[in-house]
Amino acid sequence: MILKRNPSTEPRTDMAGTLSKIHGIGAEFQNAQSLYEAAKKLKSAGFKRWDVYSPYPIHGMDAAMGLPNSKVSFFSLIGGICGATAAFFLIWYTGGVEYPMVVQGKPHFAFEPTFPVFFELTILLTAFFTVGSMFVLNFMPRFYHPVFNWDRFAKVTDDKFYAVIESSDPLFDEVGNKALLEELGGTEVTLIEE
Amino acid sequence: MSEHAITTFGPAKGNMLERRPLVSNQRSMGWITNHIAGMLEGKIPLWWWIALVLSAGVATLVPFQLMYLVGTGVGIWGSNQPVSWAWDITNFVFWIGIGHAGTLISAILFLTRQKWRTSINRAAEAMTIFAVICAGIFPAFHVGRVWMAWFLAPIPNANAIWPNFKSPLLWDVFAVSTYFTVSLIFWYIGLVPDLATIRDRATGKIRKWIYGFLALGWRGGNRQWRHYEKAYLILAGISTPLVLSVHSIVSFDFATSVIPGWHTTIFPPYFVAGAIFGGFAMVLTLMIPVRAIFGLEDMITRKHIDNMAKIVVMTGSIVGYAYLMELFIAWYSGNPNEWWAFLHNRVLPSAPYAWAYWSMMFCNVIAPQLFWFKACRTNVLAVWVIVQFPNIGMWFERFVIICTSLHRDFLPSSWGMFVPSINDILLFTGTFGLFLFLFLLFLRFLPAITIFEVKAVLPEADPHYHDPEAKPQHGAAH
Repeated sequence: MILKRNPSTEPRTDMAGTLSKIHGIGAEFQNAQSLYEAAKKLKSAGFKRWDVYSPYPIHGMDAAMGLPNSKVSFFSLIGGICGATAAFFLIWYTGGVEYPMVVQGKPHFAFEPTFPVFFELTILLTAFFTVGSMFVLNFMPRFYHPVFNWDRFAKVTDDKFYAVIESSDPLFDEVGNKALLEELGGTEVTLIEE
Repeated sequence: MSEHAITTFGPAKGNMLERRPLVSNQRSMGWITNHIAGMLEGKIPLWWWIALVLSAGVATLVPFQLMYLVGTGVGIWGSNQPVSWAWDITNFVFWIGIGHAGTLISAILFLTRQKWRTSINRAAEAMTIFAVICAGIFPAFHVGRVWMAWFLAPIPNANAIWPNFKSPLLWDVFAVSTYFTVSLIFWYIGLVPDLATIRDRATGKIRKWIYGFLALGWRGGNRQWRHYEKAYLILAGISTPLVLSVHSIVSFDFATSVIPGWHTTIFPPYFVAGAIFGGFAMVLTLMIPVRAIFGLEDMITRKHIDNMAKIVVMTGSIVGYAYLMELFIAWYSGNPNEWWAFLHNRVLPSAPYAWAYWSMMFCNVIAPQLFWFKACRTNVLAVWVIVQFPNIGMWFERFVIICTSLHRDFLPSSWGMFVPSINDILLFTGTFGLFLFLFLLFLRFLPAITIFEVKAVLPEADPHYHDPEAKPQHGAAH
């Protein structure tokens, strides 16, 4: 059984004449409900390297896919701690050690009159760590990804939903996975090239 | 189209009132994408060019005024003893206050699960950023020798001195720069999935490359969404105390001094409420024309306008309460200087700035009370006219606070009136041009409504939704 390959109908070959590698097998879904049900089935079927793609975050999809809570919040906490610590050393060292000067009759170093600076630096570094860790965990920016080779995939940011099982998954099997995805309501089942 | 049936899903809800849908006329996801992305595709409309040229013309006042200021000195402004802070700080507080509505909509309404925010948050956040840019011009240049402004940053320098972290003015530097940075990050992170939409629709190679670059390779996979949503939630969580802190810290500039009329503990909440009040007035001022021009009535419904008008009347009433409480405490505190400053500088008809005080009272406290009437909240034109009062009134509020308190201090021999110079007026006018110029660029080059969030509030976005009409799906295989 030969599956349709994208983007062209002709399989791409490299210079040595070998077929290009397969990234995975993808299926299109028409709505969030069928994608959600498909995700639950794919999870219970025991797939490991797969993802579902949607134009907006689908509520409850993490649980359907069996994904744990995101780690971003942990890095945000680290960022907040770093921000507060940086503020402490900045204010304490510059005002209390390096150039102590009596201003407004206040101590060289104290929390109360400098609290807004602590607060703002804590917020600032929390924001940096939050966004930075989100980028790292999402491998962003990554301008090339094999799923972009699938011509139908451009509709993922419009109104279509996709599920892709990657070829590195232990249960990957072109024929069997195609039958499974179609059984789950997927259409346009396609092999996606690297 | 007639008012559509309201779709319900899930278990029967008994006698609960049905909510109005957030997107009218049962628009599909494809329609939403086409409509919002259509705002920045195709031929540029003529009105946009005209508006852009006009606003750019006004905006050129800013660089010219600033060059003149740097070349000559801050003496070109009307600020002088005793009113050494005048329009510069008034305009700074005015603009920074306008920004607050954007963060309120994007952060606080997000945390409180007010889903109607989705169709206005993008434009309101853009407005925040542009307003903070306009605000930043004034304090940066009012220092006089602007090339020394880097002394505000804690950078080792040849004089071996460091910023005074105990000064409210330095708190302001940290608060405003953090606010700008975090607002920009928050805005950009919100934009990423929508930039991917524009990328995927782009036909030209350069266009695809630019939007593709900005979209950072976004794919919309759930393994991305889960980190994205967590990051967005945390940014909303930290932006909420941030936005409350920024105007509180701005108010500390005044409240920590000993000037009568400034030295009050009510200032932080009063400033924050005023900022949100003025910001929502500006959001409505901008979004009502945008809604009409681009035909966004199905996404920014009358319900959205109604909700914003309610926030305006609520915050306007908080501001009115603060004005009255400030006045009451001035009398009740028994401090003769405080009471005198209120009575003889602001309130009495003989006070030199009574006209400004009563303009402020009328615009901020009395005019928005019209929003108690549903007829005023649902008539879009009436809303637009009424919110012009807060726009004007909030500028007067800052002018009243700053000028009336400063122009007569403890020593009557040093009293004096403030008169703005032509340069004050031109620079302030220029910032309006700059603000509109940036906003017009935003409308044309970035999606002005959050496409993915509007899709997520559609009833069919819910994975447990069942179509009550159960039409057969077209295009589905089975």
